Amino acid sequence: MLENRETRGMLAPYRVLDFTDEQGMMCGKIMADLGADVIKVEPPGGASARNVGPFYHDEVDPEKSLFWFALNTSKRGVTLDIEKPAGQRLAQKFVKTADFVIESFPPGYMDALGLGYAALEKINPGIIMVSITPFGQSGPYKDYETSDIVLCALGGGPYLRSCGDEDRPPFRISYHSQAFFHAGTEGVVGALVALYHRQTSGEGQHVDVSIEECMAFFPNGDWDFNRRVRARGETLIPLKVTHIWPCKDGHVMWRYTGGPMALRHSIPLVNWMVEENMADDWLKNFDWENFSHYTATQEIIDRMEEQTINFFMSHTKAEMMAGAIKHRIMLYPISSTADLLESPQLSAREFWTQVEHPELDEAITYPGKWANSSDVPPKISRRAPLIGEHNAEIYEKELGMSHEEFNSMKQAGVI
Amino acid sequence: MRRLPLEGVKVADFCWVWTGPTTTKVLADFGATVLKIESYKRLETWRIQPPFKDDEPGPNRGAIFNSINTSKHSVTINLSLPRGIELAKKLVAWADIVTENYAGGSMARMGLGYEVLKEIKPDIIMLSSSLMGQTGPWHNSPGYGDQLTAISGISEIAGWPDRIPGEVGYYTDYVAPRFNALTILAALDYRRRTGKGLYLDIAQHQSSIQFVAPVVLDYVVNKRVARRRGNKDDHAAPHGIYPCSGNDRWCAIAVFGDDEWHVFCNAINKSAWAADSRFATFQKRKEHDDELDALISTWTVNYTDQEIMNLLQTAGIKAGIVSNAEDQMENDLQLKHRNFYVELEHPEIGEYRAPRQPCVLSKTPCEIKRAPLIGEHTETTLREILGMSDDEISQLAFEGVLE
Repeated sequence: MLENRETRGMLAPYRVLDFTDEQGMMCGKIMADLGADVIKVEPPGGASARNVGPFYHDEVDPEKSLFWFALNTSKRGVTLDIEKPAGQRLAQKFVKTADFVIESFPPGYMDALGLGYAALEKINPGIIMVSITPFGQSGPYKDYETSDIVLCALGGGPYLRSCGDEDRPPFRISYHSQAFFHAGTEGVVGALVALYHRQTSGEGQHVDVSIEECMAFFPNGDWDFNRRVRARGETLIPLKVTHIWPCKDGHVMWRYTGGPMALRHSIPLVNWMVEENMADDWLKNFDWENFSHYTATQEIIDRMEEQTINFFMSHTKAEMMAGAIKHRIMLYPISSTADLLESPQLSAREFWTQVEHPELDEAITYPGKWANSSDVPPKISRRAPLIGEHNAEIYEKELGMSHEEFNSMKQAGVI
Repeated sequence: MRRLPLEGVKVADFCWVWTGPTTTKVLADFGATVLKIESYKRLETWRIQPPFKDDEPGPNRGAIFNSINTSKHSVTINLSLPRGIELAKKLVAWADIVTENYAGGSMARMGLGYEVLKEIKPDIIMLSSSLMGQTGPWHNSPGYGDQLTAISGISEIAGWPDRIPGEVGYYTDYVAPRFNALTILAALDYRRRTGKGLYLDIAQHQSSIQFVAPVVLDYVVNKRVARRRGNKDDHAAPHGIYPCSGNDRWCAIAVFGDDEWHVFCNAINKSAWAADSRFATFQKRKEHDDELDALISTWTVNYTDQEIMNLLQTAGIKAGIVSNAEDQMENDLQLKHRNFYVELEHPEIGEYRAPRQPCVLSKTPCEIKRAPLIGEHTETTLREILGMSDDEISQLAFEGVLE
């Protein structure tokens, strides 16, 4: 467990206490995959995020949430009731051994329990506390009720504001927690900037991450510079031009382009179509150098698109991607989750990771490292913890709690 | 002046377009010295792409350029000349970190691959951020963020079940930079402890898939392929984006459980809805969610988005307006309170605003400076960092190396 700490990963020597719910679990997952000793601290009985689906074989069970599995890789887990005074005392003792505390409770909650940054700093001056909350620790919205879609809405911008057909409401990405994932990732950035500062100064600090700000973090320059807001579905191109095309088994993303970029778009695609006798002489001899969506007519676009659709419809997504690579065309398939598992690129990069789940008697294939590194790459070192799985290991062996005390804490419902 | 947390960290930054510059902006805003190595010969995309200040084109006038390149220095070097590569190598010898986001393999072709850089500076940390990574059959495939969003499984689950996948723009361009930045920071600590540099070959594709990991597992384990489902959610009903009065104005509302449903009906004075047997339980509301959405829309359309958010938030119901750029920069009281947008003064475009980093460090917050003019720091860099004489600099300029 603590063997070989330097080689375990880039963050090997550090301990992280992870008190987060859905809003912040990505933060600890990334730090754990980078080799930190991340301990998920849950209330006795298990964290609420264990009730979030999808579930293993659709069995609704706190030990079978795939959402929990995905967001808690490489962590160990203990249970602790920090609302009980004995639990607070134990948490304070625990914090002495830690480098980071990450949490996503409402602002003020940890302070009320004597576990806010001001208290923890006294116990451990080097502690870095990362708080991930919907709006940050201060401000008029700080106590607003939120969920992923509400934060995507207020965060606005490219995610939601510009999405969608004019005749329907804006849509979010159809799976929850996108806003939370952004914030969890940003939490790691803040934690590690603070770590760098701690190495030079010795002092820890409080990192305040607002989920709304994580979503709003993109250039709004056209408003700032020119007082312009782009309407939903509005494009600069005056014609009806297809960007998402049907193909034999789904869709691909592709756009005809003229001028110098035609070399990576239009010309190699048309050459491929010609090879398969699916482009007429008009398209074959088209003047791409002088083509532009701003000067073309709808008739030209339609004539191009008609034969292109026929070509795409005769190929699968996988064939289109293979052809795009071969002919050096900037065309990409719209992949489903099933397609991802078939990707030759992801296998060649050893992206997929087999993670053992002994109690399910199965190894499950997980999305693995985001980086291939010359040494100590991020990696999943173990499956997500079961409820209280490491209570004895951590409380007794590592924190030196006597067996009697451990049992009495257990009986009192503290752990 | 207060010391910034990354002060003293030196970055030779070959990044361009979006994900790379957004990555190195993190380092620069927190105090690292980031030299953006660019060229007049092949202008950075966002120096030539609109929108521009007052719609007047110019390499220093781009809205996006000036937002994602804050706090950096600009050094112009023509990397198509051997002397340009030579000069770049001198900056590598100075740097702690080298960053680049060309298509896979491009740096090596220019003679600036990791193996070469490691000879120059054995403990260098090098980040290569490309769509697909530096290895594998698709490694040299170039592309943009919308295409990466498509191939990473995100577009497929965005939009309506009865329509083609939805356009979600350059979504992954907001995901990848955070993974890049945090990995560089982790590598920096690793180097401090062990003395060893690292080559970080990051595939933006692999970073992006982290954001759909739960549904990937759903396919792996349950063979269920995730599909588009508009704004529906497994755990809430009603759950969606509802039309409000005004042009293209909307409010998100999410109601999770039966208690919340009753609070919601009560808050908007619709006791008839609370009593309607079609909506009596969560299960029933899910079954009738289209009817429910239609009904709620008949109510929301009479109010402004702000009125609905205020009314529902007062009652403790999850609701938020769908903000556009104007809402965020001018009217969002929370972002205003937290000084999210920083006012900057630029010699050519005057005052403008850029967001600060979304993580606020209590003792060492970031400090944003305006983005550089093209080539603004070329001379001072050569003189002060590389110790070159005026003659040497003039000679390089004469040879076109500094273009």
